[in-house]
Amino acid sequence: MAVTEAAAPPARTELECAHCGLPVPPALRGDDPAFCCSGCRVAWDVLHESGLARYYDLAERRNLRVEPSGRRFEEFDHPAFQALWVRTRVDGLAETELYLEGVHCASCVWLVERTPLAVPGVASAELDLARGLVQIAWDPGQATLSQAARFLDTLGYRPHPFRGARADRMRRTEDRASLVRIGVAGAIAINVMLAAIAIYSGWGPGGMAPAFTRFFRWVSMIVTLPAMLFPGRPFFRGALSSLRTRVLHMDVPIALALSGAYVHGVVNVLRGSGPVYFDGVATLIFLLLCGRFLQTRAQRAAVDSAELLHSLSPAIARVVEDDVVREVPAEALVPGMVVDVRDGDALACDGVVLEGRSEIDRALLTGESLPQPVSPGDEVFAGTVNRGASLRVRVERAGEDSRMGHILREVERSASRRAPVVRAADSLAGRFVAVVLVLAALTWWRWHFVSANRAFDNTIALMIATCPCALALATPLAITVAIGRAARRGILVKGGDALEALSKPATLVLDKTGTLTEGRIELAEWTGSDAARRWTLALERHSSHPIATGLLAAWPGLDVPPATDVHATTGGGLEGRVEGRHVLVGSPAWVGARARDPRGLGAPGADPTLTPVLVAVDGEVVARAGLGDTLRPDAADTLARLRASGWALRLLSGDSPAVVAAVGTRLGFAPKECRGSASPEDKLAEIEALARSGRVVMVGDGVNDAAAIAAATVGVGVKGGAEACLSAADVFLSRPGLAPLAELVSGAGRTMRAIRVGIAVSILYNVLGVALAFGGVINPLIAAFMMPVSSLTVVLIAWRSRTFDERA
Amino acid sequence: MAVMYILLPVALLVVLAAVVAYVWAARTGQFDDTTTPSIRPLIEDDEAPKDRPQPPR
Repeated sequence: MAVTEAAAPPARTELECAHCGLPVPPALRGDDPAFCCSGCRVAWDVLHESGLARYYDLAERRNLRVEPSGRRFEEFDHPAFQALWVRTRVDGLAETELYLEGVHCASCVWLVERTPLAVPGVASAELDLARGLVQIAWDPGQATLSQAARFLDTLGYRPHPFRGARADRMRRTEDRASLVRIGVAGAIAINVMLAAIAIYSGWGPGGMAPAFTRFFRWVSMIVTLPAMLFPGRPFFRGALSSLRTRVLHMDVPIALALSGAYVHGVVNVLRGSGPVYFDGVATLIFLLLCGRFLQTRAQRAAVDSAELLHSLSPAIARVVEDDVVREVPAEALVPGMVVDVRDGDALACDGVVLEGRSEIDRALLTGESLPQPVSPGDEVFAGTVNRGASLRVRVERAGEDSRMGHILREVERSASRRAPVVRAADSLAGRFVAVVLVLAALTWWRWHFVSANRAFDNTIALMIATCPCALALATPLAITVAIGRAARRGILVKGGDALEALSKPATLVLDKTGTLTEGRIELAEWTGSDAARRWTLALERHSSHPIATGLLAAWPGLDVPPATDVHATTGGGLEGRVEGRHVLVGSPAWVGARARDPRGLGAPGADPTLTPVLVAVDGEVVARAGLGDTLRPDAADTLARLRASGWALRLLSGDSPAVVAAVGTRLGFAPKECRGSASPEDKLAEIEALARSGRVVMVGDGVNDAAAIAAATVGVGVKGGAEACLSAADVFLSRPGLAPLAELVSGAGRTMRAIRVGIAVSILYNVLGVALAFGGVINPLIAAFMMPVSSLTVVLIAWRSRTFDERA
Repeated sequence: MAVMYILLPVALLVVLAAVVAYVWAARTGQFDDTTTPSIRPLIEDDEAPKDRPQPPR
């Protein structure tokens, strides 16, 4: 149908690919419509043949380029992948969840959910737009998952296996259960309140027939009972376990107040006189459940986004079998296999290099900022990145046995060993509960001399007036609001206790590579002519070494001449012919051995953190570049702000001590506050030692920091960090730079202040209520009215408090 | 006003029906994703393709 209509292309396709919008190479310009590559032609054909041509009319995609990765996703069909991520449904279909990059609008829903049209055998595709998760069901006999994955990829939605699937299903069940509880409690609360309105209005002039009053009271009692038994059960269970473990917490007074008020109401209904508070009981259950639900949701949003980031890390390896390279999931690797590691790929296993010479970037594993050369016979580790040339590596240890696996296990161990943070509000609640119980006993004792009925009424009034509703709300509400606002500022906080631990100054340990520095090589110094720049880039364009990337990024837009006969020497440099000249770019030793240096540019530089690179033209050194892992622009400012607010800062890095000392001095660290060449194990030991004498916060990005991050009181991961570091961290900064760190610390302080104000206000209400109830001034009805007013005040305080916002 | 004795239980039965419907909805995951389903009705149904196309290779 739409094939003919859409084949008349809009004017812009003369230059741009009809599918992805990239420029069309001259050789292919004759076609109509024109494509930049055959992959886009296939995608275009498939879309038209499946009746999906409307894709090209969607307003939302017009200004967006589609970037298919062109991968084959063969590892998605591997048995190991299937065992890990794919479930078989009762109807025989296979089902899995994929995390898609780049879904953002209604058109994406349309397109992704049309996958079954384009890939026969796929039964359904359902997209969760908010999280970018698509649930795909297919018939394993007719289709493969890789076909569906390739289709999604050609549309620009790069699929990744969703690793949080199991935890996600568990949480979904939990969520549904809480929603059911909240709904039931809400329905009961509203209806009991309606009955209560009838009872209260019956007090007015004229009154209500006693028979009706009795009827409404009986109805309220019966309707409230299921609220106590079903939605209210978590409070009673919590109270029981609190008594069993002898740690008083909020659930105890809640359970006491609920059962006290209910039993008292039952007694009064049976006697046919005295007030009843069934409406208060039902409303209390409903509101408390709402508060808890909101709090868990806010904390989960932060955990979720960290989990989706996990799904992005590559989990494939290219296995060489009989000279054929196949993509398999990293989990399927076994010792003895040979893997092909391309330039730029991350290693998925520990192994020994068989063929090839290259350099290995170990920044994430060890914190070394410069790549190290490797040649056949050298050992390489999972989690490091190959820079330079292809390598063939024999797998020695894979998965949990690899060095990375050991570090990950250490991370889990230290995370579970971490002492639970005793929350201020909880310990306060414990004392509060004890005080309330004593006061209630006193009230009863004082009034039982007057009459048993007065004693009971006043004791219940006291219990209701001191209901820790507002107190219970103060902490979770302030934390929920703060976590939500922090997330909008790019700070993902996984739990409220992290905010509490960050609110007061303590020791803060920072990693260097990737945390204080950008984690990539940049040009810092240049001595030489403009012509030398052009010649340098002409050669560096042919390399993917971090030095080359750094140089190329330094001078974008430079008119670079073509180079011929380019030859790379691993650990040395590049040579080639540019504009008729013989050009060398490389390390001083390598260039020095091949060229004269009349101006002494090859002499050691003043800055030990920079790696020198010399450029020689026709046998004479003409330029010198100094490259290094540059500091983040906001690092100095952030550290100054942290020091000013009383934090003790330390630098702990795996890089060489000379570099660490130089960076440390520049950022105002005393020499004894800096430590270099620390292995992951050293970092863990150091943090554990510091944690014994007080709170310690660890900020890092790499796998080498992960164990230390897990062991610290609060672990903070920075943007661009490794997966292990993300999962270990309590707080994750998803905005680049270090400025969010200072924001996090000051925001945490303001959050705790807001909590304390809320607690103070609610206690004020409670003290007032206690005084009035003890004096017999208020009856339970007035007490029941005071209680929601105090809760409302606390809600407003939490809402209005400035915790994480732009003005802060 | 004796009708109250019938009216109130009937009203409660209606509430019970609503609660049962809600519990069913929550348990079958109707509230799991509250964003995407609101978009689906806006998507027009396309004509079914005449021939089943081949998957991308």
